[in-house]
Amino acid sequence: MNISYTILIPLVPLAVFFLLGIFNKKIKPAVSGYIGVAGLSTSAALSFYTAYQYFFVSGKVDGVYQTFVEKITWMHFTDTLHIDMGVLIDPISVMMLVVVSTVSLMVHIYSRGYMKGDEGYTRFFAYLGLFSFSMFGLVLATNLFQIYMFWELVGVSSFLLIGYYYTKPSAVSAAKKAFIVTRFADLGFLIGILIIGNYTGTFDFETLNSVNPDTGELFLNWASTSFMGLSVITWALILMFIGGAGKSAMFPLHIWLPDAMEGPTPVSALIHAATMVVAGVYLVARLFPMYFFVEDGYALNIVAYVGAFSSLFAAVIAITQTDIKRVLAFSTMSQLGYMMLALGVSGYDGHEGVGYMASMFHLFTHAMFKALLFLGAGSVIHAVHSNYLKDMGGLRKYMPITNITFFVAALAISGIFPLSGFWSKDEILVAAFEHNKLLYVVGLFVAGLTAFYMFRIYFGIFWGKETTYKHTPHESPLSMTFPLMVLATVSVFAGFIPFSEFITADKAGFEAHLNYPLAAIALTFGIGGIVLAAVFYKKENDLADRFANGFGVLYRWAYDKFYFDEIYLFITKNIIFNLIAAPIARFDKKIVDGTMEGIGNKTVIISKRIKGIQSGKVQDYAFSFIAGVVVLALVFIYLWTN
Amino acid sequence: MIAGISIYEILTVTSILFFIGIYGFITRKNLISILMSIELILNASVINFVVINKYLYPDILQGVFFSIFIIAVAAAETALAVSIIINLYRQIASVEVKDTETMKY
Repeated sequence: MNISYTILIPLVPLAVFFLLGIFNKKIKPAVSGYIGVAGLSTSAALSFYTAYQYFFVSGKVDGVYQTFVEKITWMHFTDTLHIDMGVLIDPISVMMLVVVSTVSLMVHIYSRGYMKGDEGYTRFFAYLGLFSFSMFGLVLATNLFQIYMFWELVGVSSFLLIGYYYTKPSAVSAAKKAFIVTRFADLGFLIGILIIGNYTGTFDFETLNSVNPDTGELFLNWASTSFMGLSVITWALILMFIGGAGKSAMFPLHIWLPDAMEGPTPVSALIHAATMVVAGVYLVARLFPMYFFVEDGYALNIVAYVGAFSSLFAAVIAITQTDIKRVLAFSTMSQLGYMMLALGVSGYDGHEGVGYMASMFHLFTHAMFKALLFLGAGSVIHAVHSNYLKDMGGLRKYMPITNITFFVAALAISGIFPLSGFWSKDEILVAAFEHNKLLYVVGLFVAGLTAFYMFRIYFGIFWGKETTYKHTPHESPLSMTFPLMVLATVSVFAGFIPFSEFITADKAGFEAHLNYPLAAIALTFGIGGIVLAAVFYKKENDLADRFANGFGVLYRWAYDKFYFDEIYLFITKNIIFNLIAAPIARFDKKIVDGTMEGIGNKTVIISKRIKGIQSGKVQDYAFSFIAGVVVLALVFIYLWTN
Repeated sequence: MIAGISIYEILTVTSILFFIGIYGFITRKNLISILMSIELILNASVINFVVINKYLYPDILQGVFFSIFIIAVAAAETALAVSIIINLYRQIASVEVKDTETMKY
């Protein structure tokens, strides 16, 4: 299979970015929107073509999907250790191409309506192009270094887009926060990469991940150096997971994601729901054989527990939030935790690898319905000009399309049969059930919570109290509702894709069967959550408030996100700034700068004192000259007479 | 040899002349006076040339010729100095040395 054309998938959005970025002021907003959409349509078409070619035309060889790599060497260190640039096509990268291009295209179309009349319209589309380029590059990366470069690029695009309303202080600080937190996490990633490079001598994914079919072990050999009881490679994997956790907003590096909602809603849909935040999951999936085989999956266990805890933690917070975008943000974090959990409990061969497949499946379906939820929320925000639940209610009469699509997405995320979320979530729970009962229980509980908080905001927005609006809300234009309808359709039917045939850890595929008892239990939890939400929020009543008061301080804690922002603030401000940074700064100012400034100041002072010698009076000079001569004469006379 | 006058007396006179010139050069406020003081210094040295030539090598006249050169150079120098002073006077309407202090730090 010739894959060289796939390089166009990232390059077209890059071209759009340069075009719109350079001719920012010259291009009319109406045109720039079309340019963005056209660019992304090209990428999307190519992505779908690639997927078709890869899965159906090229297909399996010896029962295994092949990996295609096309690359050039960029920096050469040793024969094995070199940094390449290129494209890598294998099942997960193809799947990600489809996800990213679909969501990105929908967001581009949607933004034409949502951002209409905004001052930085062209700039917005330029940034979207940059982001799409970076994300495609990340997905197609052939080695750790390339993925790291694009990883940082998506971070930058995310920073630019969160801070899009740069006149708003909260947006600026949110952008900074997102960048600094993820950058901090990326430090771990970088160290991990360097450790891998040092001990295995390669950055290449193919080499790192190749498994010996006879022994069922990695081909890779590394000096078995251990550090604090764990092999260095395990440490590297843990460090890289820290990078992934930062991008995917895993506990405790999640604090940037809720604040990132300051960006325009399409951005939240694209970056902070469907694509960039799954980069962490993608990274673990990309290196899955390493995570699984090195030291019997020690690092993978950490992934599982961090994921499970994050999903529970975020779901609890999501219940209490009143800003609908923040609810969705915590929901995203929770679902990402789900994916991590699924990866963490996955095996490698055949049906053992159900967790891996479930994680990718959930990534796919989640991208669709979460993008849909965000875009729907954007449509609502567009109509009522507020993010807060208290300003909404009874909108179903005004916005029928948004109502129905949002309802579909909410059902999908709640895992209701037969929507897409049901299938993927079910696979995750099966994987968890087979490997770790504790995580299964957590997952099940979170499934119930998910349904509850999602229908809490659904009922809060579209049912609930009859709010009187200053301006009568109206349905959004077609450019906004069209993506909603497309994504809703995908959310309904994506579950029927036989994912396990295409994407598995060993790339061989297996036949997945619905585990009826587990599916029934999960469904019960989901429906239970919805019913509870309906009782609380469908009609206006004070049941929910009384219930919340019953939890008392716990509710308060969850509402304030368990004070993690404050804890971070305390650590950074009081400990890092005041105890470490401030003394160092003082040392720098007083001692280092002081020495240098002292030298300068002393020179100035001395020169001020002695500059009077050059008085400009000829007679003074003559006097010193003659005096000098006289003194010299006396000295000579003294010397000669002795 | 000059009868009745030893070299010491003449050298004493020229030394006095020289230091009067130095004194004048340092203490006079007027540029013309300073110029005159310089002439005194030159004259003292010219006399020294002649006298030392006369007392040490009476047969050759190098010192005497040298003194003539010095007188010629001094004349040229004086012309130059006077022209500078005149120009200065046109610029600042003064020939006082205290007014010519712009060349400093």
